[in-house]
Amino acid sequence: MNILRRTALILPPYLWLLMLFLIPFAIVFKISLSEYALAIPRYMPQYDPETGIWHLITQLSFENYRLIGAGAVIAVLSGIALLAALIFLFYPRLRSAFSGETDGSLSDRLAAFLLGLAAAAVLVILGTIALSWFFPSLSGFVELQDHLYYTAYLSSLKIALFSTCLTLAVGFPFAWAMARSPAQYRPMLMMLVILPFWTSFLIRVYAWRGILSQTGYLNQILMALGIIDEPLVILNTNIAVYIGIVYTYLPFMVLPIYATLEKLDESLNEAAIDLGCTRTSAFWLVTVPLSRPGVIAGCFLVFIPALGEYVIPELLGGSNTLMIGKVLVEEFEKNGDWPVASAVAVILLLILIIPIVLFQRNQQKNQEAGL
Amino acid sequence: MNTQTIDSNFAPWENAEETPLIDFQNVTKRFGEFTAIDNLNLKIYEREFFALLGPSGCGKTTLMRMLAGFENPTEGTIILDGQDIAPVPPNKRSTNMMFQSYALFPHLSVADNIAFGLKRDGMAKGDVDARVDEMIRLVQLGKFAKRKPDQISGGQRQRVALARALARAPKLLLLDEPLGALDKKLRQETQFELMDIQESTGTTFVIVTHDQEEAMTVASRVAVMDHGKLVQVDTPDRIYENPNSTYVADFIGDVNILKGHASKTDAGCTIAWGEGQPEINTSCGTELRGAVHYAIRPEKIAVSADKPDAANVLKGTVLDIAYLGNISTYYVKLATGEVIKAQAANNRRISRRSFTWEDEVYLSFTDTAGVVLAQ
Repeated sequence: MNILRRTALILPPYLWLLMLFLIPFAIVFKISLSEYALAIPRYMPQYDPETGIWHLITQLSFENYRLIGAGAVIAVLSGIALLAALIFLFYPRLRSAFSGETDGSLSDRLAAFLLGLAAAAVLVILGTIALSWFFPSLSGFVELQDHLYYTAYLSSLKIALFSTCLTLAVGFPFAWAMARSPAQYRPMLMMLVILPFWTSFLIRVYAWRGILSQTGYLNQILMALGIIDEPLVILNTNIAVYIGIVYTYLPFMVLPIYATLEKLDESLNEAAIDLGCTRTSAFWLVTVPLSRPGVIAGCFLVFIPALGEYVIPELLGGSNTLMIGKVLVEEFEKNGDWPVASAVAVILLLILIIPIVLFQRNQQKNQEAGL
Repeated sequence: MNTQTIDSNFAPWENAEETPLIDFQNVTKRFGEFTAIDNLNLKIYEREFFALLGPSGCGKTTLMRMLAGFENPTEGTIILDGQDIAPVPPNKRSTNMMFQSYALFPHLSVADNIAFGLKRDGMAKGDVDARVDEMIRLVQLGKFAKRKPDQISGGQRQRVALARALARAPKLLLLDEPLGALDKKLRQETQFELMDIQESTGTTFVIVTHDQEEAMTVASRVAVMDHGKLVQVDTPDRIYENPNSTYVADFIGDVNILKGHASKTDAGCTIAWGEGQPEINTSCGTELRGAVHYAIRPEKIAVSADKPDAANVLKGTVLDIAYLGNISTYYVKLATGEVIKAQAANNRRISRRSFTWEDEVYLSFTDTAGVVLAQ
């Protein structure tokens, strides 16, 4: 009875996961292993009841993955993961070596971190050299047939990282000001942050075209004010993509940070000032460290969707804005190469699993700490 | 119980030549229309353990926050150690505060919490460590130095907060309801520890509390506040025995208050109060005449079944008995309808008591037992 009830409770989310994630993923994965064909659907059916399942397995090919340079992507990812793991290993030891028992100053920590980073980087490079020395055949694994996909992954990573930092830089003061405003205004400010969601995302991003284009409102105003003579070229560049991502994902950054800052006891700040801090140092020594869970959550909430973003680079970016979401759609729609598009999607998912797992761990840690 | 500091002659407030550590001069604090502190004058001396006592909203916390520097007086000046502190920002004041919520930094260990203020002073690392060790030993937290605040108990957190506030050796330590979050037993133990620490460090303590028992136990002097004004500032025994108003008498401990009319006699004065009741004889020595209040503590009234020989005897019936184990409080109803509380120690087994509910009893008290108050 008890088991039955428990199963009934757990079943819906798992069914949900199965139907909306695992089954579609399995289909995409299957397509990614098949061959392109000018037919409907646009790939060769691999499973033939006559030849049976064994034929299917032996016939599977990773040719699509080889084409998009998945080996190199995986190699870079494992390199980054190894680097991070090594820093986590070195950093606490170095820090205590620098500053003893107590938490050292910022410069101590920075020195420890940089030294840890350098040591980890050297180790990773040495490891890579050793690997290629002992297993020369591995170079085939990372060989790139077409640089497009690899560059698109890296460029997406760069754009996502950079726009996450930008969103944090804009969102943190935003959240801080909200949390410090009088209690009766906070629900209204919260409402104002959420309000843009009431309009279609597509329309809002289109509206930015009107603002940023050469004859758009921004250039009109700047020229009318005499600040510039020539219209600025913003639309169809990476700058427009950054603006679009920061604008679209700002609430995802503001809300978690606001949630942690709002819970902060004002007396902690007063205690820091009472113990000799200036307002600025109290902010850096108390407010910032205590808002870390919110900052981490916000960064992931921006980074994860930004990495696979398609609409914003399509509408605001130019022809040289390379993002993997765009490549995926082009491959699928214009080239009609479903197998390669599927392979791109599978690798994109693999890349996203790392931040998603880290995000989950952060959330779990916060829950345990009761934050 | 030791309610005084070890040196029983410690009474700098009686010496007019003594310079106070803190001097409030005509201090008024307004928040918009609301007057939190109303033209207040107060001197607090070095090495004192000074308690600010009052109901919530009486201004005691505002007074403390003005000392810490989180609020500035609207009018008047506050002198700390001979210096007007109005222009000194809170981080530059030689005061430290122990917050009601303790305000421990949750991301730092116990030792780092204590070291926080020392590092801001730019103290050398070796000195910081030595001082942190000293403070941890003072509050007996040796085993917990590396734990985070959420990994220790409420009582231990309270000690960390105390150690952190004391670490910078402030001239003045402010304690905002320091024991409010502790359970009763722990609170009583901690009160004595606080007193020991105050004596051994020689720091001046100002404590804000709404718990009169706590104020009486720890403080060398108690200030009773109401609506932004000081009602009475005195030693705990004088506050209790000689309250200057019915407000103080009622706020500190239990009291019976009888309204009456005073007239002078040779021995002192008599108070005519209830119809058909004998006048109360008191040698209070007060010069008060006319309408007065007579305040008498329950434990100063004896209850007996037979009529005793005393300066004042009242007759009534036992309405209720509150049995508290060590003592019992008797609610005795007089013929006028007035209910008088009398307290007696249960130094005999309760079964041997010669009166019970509904019995007629006599209440008696001496002519020095109560005080006569104008208001």
